[in-house]
Amino acid sequence: MKKTYRLEELDCAHCAAKMEEAIRKLSGVTGASISFMTQKLTLEAEDEKFDEILQQAAKICRKIEPDCRIVF
Amino acid sequence: MTKKQKRALWRILAATGLLAVAAVIGRLFPLPWWGEYLLYLLPYAAVGYRVLWDAARGVAAGQMLDENFLMGIATVGALALGEYAEAVFVMLFYQVGELFQSIAVGKSRRSIAALMDICPETATVWRDGEWANVSPEDVAVGETVRLLPGDRVPLDGVVSEGCSLLDTAALTGEPVPRQVTAGDAVISGCINQTGLLTVTVTHRYGESTVAKVLELVETAAERKATSENVVTRFARVYTPIVVASAVLLAVLPPLFVGGFGEWIGRALNFLVVSCPCALVISVPMTFFGGIGAASKAGILVKGGIFLEALERVKTVVTDKTGTITKGNFEVVSVNALNFTDEQLLQLTAAAESGSSHPIAEALKRAIDIDKNTVVSTVTEFSGKGIQATVNGQTVLVGNQKLMNEKKIPFTASDAIGTVLYVAVDGTFAGHVVIADRLKEGAAEAVAAWKAAGVRRVCMLTGDRRETADAVAAAVGIDEVCAELLPADKVIEVEKRLSADGKLLYVGDGINDAPVLSRADIGVAMGALGSDAAIEAADVVLMDDKPEKLAVAIKIARKTMRIVRQNIFFSLAVKVAVMALSAVGLGNLYLAVFADVGVCVLAILNAMRALKVDG
Repeated sequence: MKKTYRLEELDCAHCAAKMEEAIRKLSGVTGASISFMTQKLTLEAEDEKFDEILQQAAKICRKIEPDCRIVF
Repeated sequence: MTKKQKRALWRILAATGLLAVAAVIGRLFPLPWWGEYLLYLLPYAAVGYRVLWDAARGVAAGQMLDENFLMGIATVGALALGEYAEAVFVMLFYQVGELFQSIAVGKSRRSIAALMDICPETATVWRDGEWANVSPEDVAVGETVRLLPGDRVPLDGVVSEGCSLLDTAALTGEPVPRQVTAGDAVISGCINQTGLLTVTVTHRYGESTVAKVLELVETAAERKATSENVVTRFARVYTPIVVASAVLLAVLPPLFVGGFGEWIGRALNFLVVSCPCALVISVPMTFFGGIGAASKAGILVKGGIFLEALERVKTVVTDKTGTITKGNFEVVSVNALNFTDEQLLQLTAAAESGSSHPIAEALKRAIDIDKNTVVSTVTEFSGKGIQATVNGQTVLVGNQKLMNEKKIPFTASDAIGTVLYVAVDGTFAGHVVIADRLKEGAAEAVAAWKAAGVRRVCMLTGDRRETADAVAAAVGIDEVCAELLPADKVIEVEKRLSADGKLLYVGDGINDAPVLSRADIGVAMGALGSDAAIEAADVVLMDDKPEKLAVAIKIARKTMRIVRQNIFFSLAVKVAVMALSAVGLGNLYLAVFADVGVCVLAILNAMRALKVDG
């Protein structure tokens, strides 16, 4: 399953790259890409674990850039 | 300005005010050193509390080397060394720089969003006896939508009523509007200019051109350019290296020469320049701008990686039909013996009237066949021609082989194109020449490719050598591979792939998916509405003008030039400031400039990539 989400308050390009890297390393993720310019996260992951992975991704974003939120 | 930016502005203003008050008080009343210190701590706290707070949050989350943390350490270090005025100014400049940066990023995000604003939010659809406004996603195939002048076409469809001019600029970059009337296809994203149109929807929103174009441009960011990846990887090692050298600078030299405080001060400068923001923000932004500028010109580039490749195109391999020539055959000359030209064309067209071959179609377009004509006993000679009885006369139409086979003496023609020899009742009656016309501007386009840096242009075609050579000579193509079977095209492209310089293949997207994917860059043109071509190609020219390819190369070059300027400029300033600091000539003001100042300048430079200037 592949879905795109908006990232609010994504202000730091370096952080976006870090988030992308960390989300890619989550188990079950087949592809992840963050565009700093469009403020979008494209996540591709296994269907059954998708929601769980999305929660983990949100946690990663909060950790790297505290104000950054994924809009579900 | 966003809320966040407004808060930052208030912090900056408050700190500036407090700083002025501190300076005045310091002048008027002689204070002990700790009094002055406390006086300067106020503006520092006002402007810097947010940075320190974010730094603390970062450390708590295990993000040691983020920008806030480094700025925090640098300014707290300056405070500890007694450089309180410097600490306040540096924090203040840093915040001003960050604010500028945030405004610049916001502005370029908005200009990119404006480029994407090609889809209307509602469609006016006929339901239950009235016009209803619904979201384009909710309109089904076969429904009727209405377009007033000024409306954007929400879905692909066919005009059922009305006639108007359509502005296609958002999709093709073409300023001349297109005339449409009942029966014509309209493409979503265009603007209806003059008349009222009713349109029968042929594609769901998700399959309409506008949705496809948007998806393509948005996902372009996923196909990152090599330089983009290099910058990201570099950024990951850059910060730790600079921080490590700062620590070394603070610890090692004092062991030999002493002066602990002095060396710590120098090391703090390193911490301030250790953020790679200028690179990390500006390089992807430049690529995005380049892709945006290209789409404004009707060129869809499927990723930064292709802009990088376009810049280094040395060889262009082009298809003939549909790219250099129009791809529809026309009768270009008629030479009759013992008949009038009109009569000969009548007979030829009548004999071929049962066929759907492109040549027969060209004949039908050239003349209206007399309604009373009787055509019977049609015999086809595969690959050679046709024989038919037209109004009682036996008409033989075909190539030289057919004439030789039927032992009919004829005069050979060396005309360019397909020559149809005609014999009536066993006697040679003349010939008709049918040829594909060159596209308008084909020769200028080839010249423009070369002016843009292409060294060699090669044309592939399944057509006869004479025809291909004539076309190549007319438009200035260097090399011709004629009489190819479809599979040979891939082989010819493979032969020309080389390490130095990229190979670009441009075709009309019909039956050339394998070649498009084999070339370094596959370009499909005239792809408006053709799904297969949009899928297979790396770059899509929305209209069928070959000169757009030169525009694409120019945009790529400009983008790459800006990328290189930004990389070189940011690194040069940072290295220079570090070198100055290491020998004691730098200061924190310079360091802040090398951090946020350079970043703002790089962003401003990156925004130039958004402009199309040919």
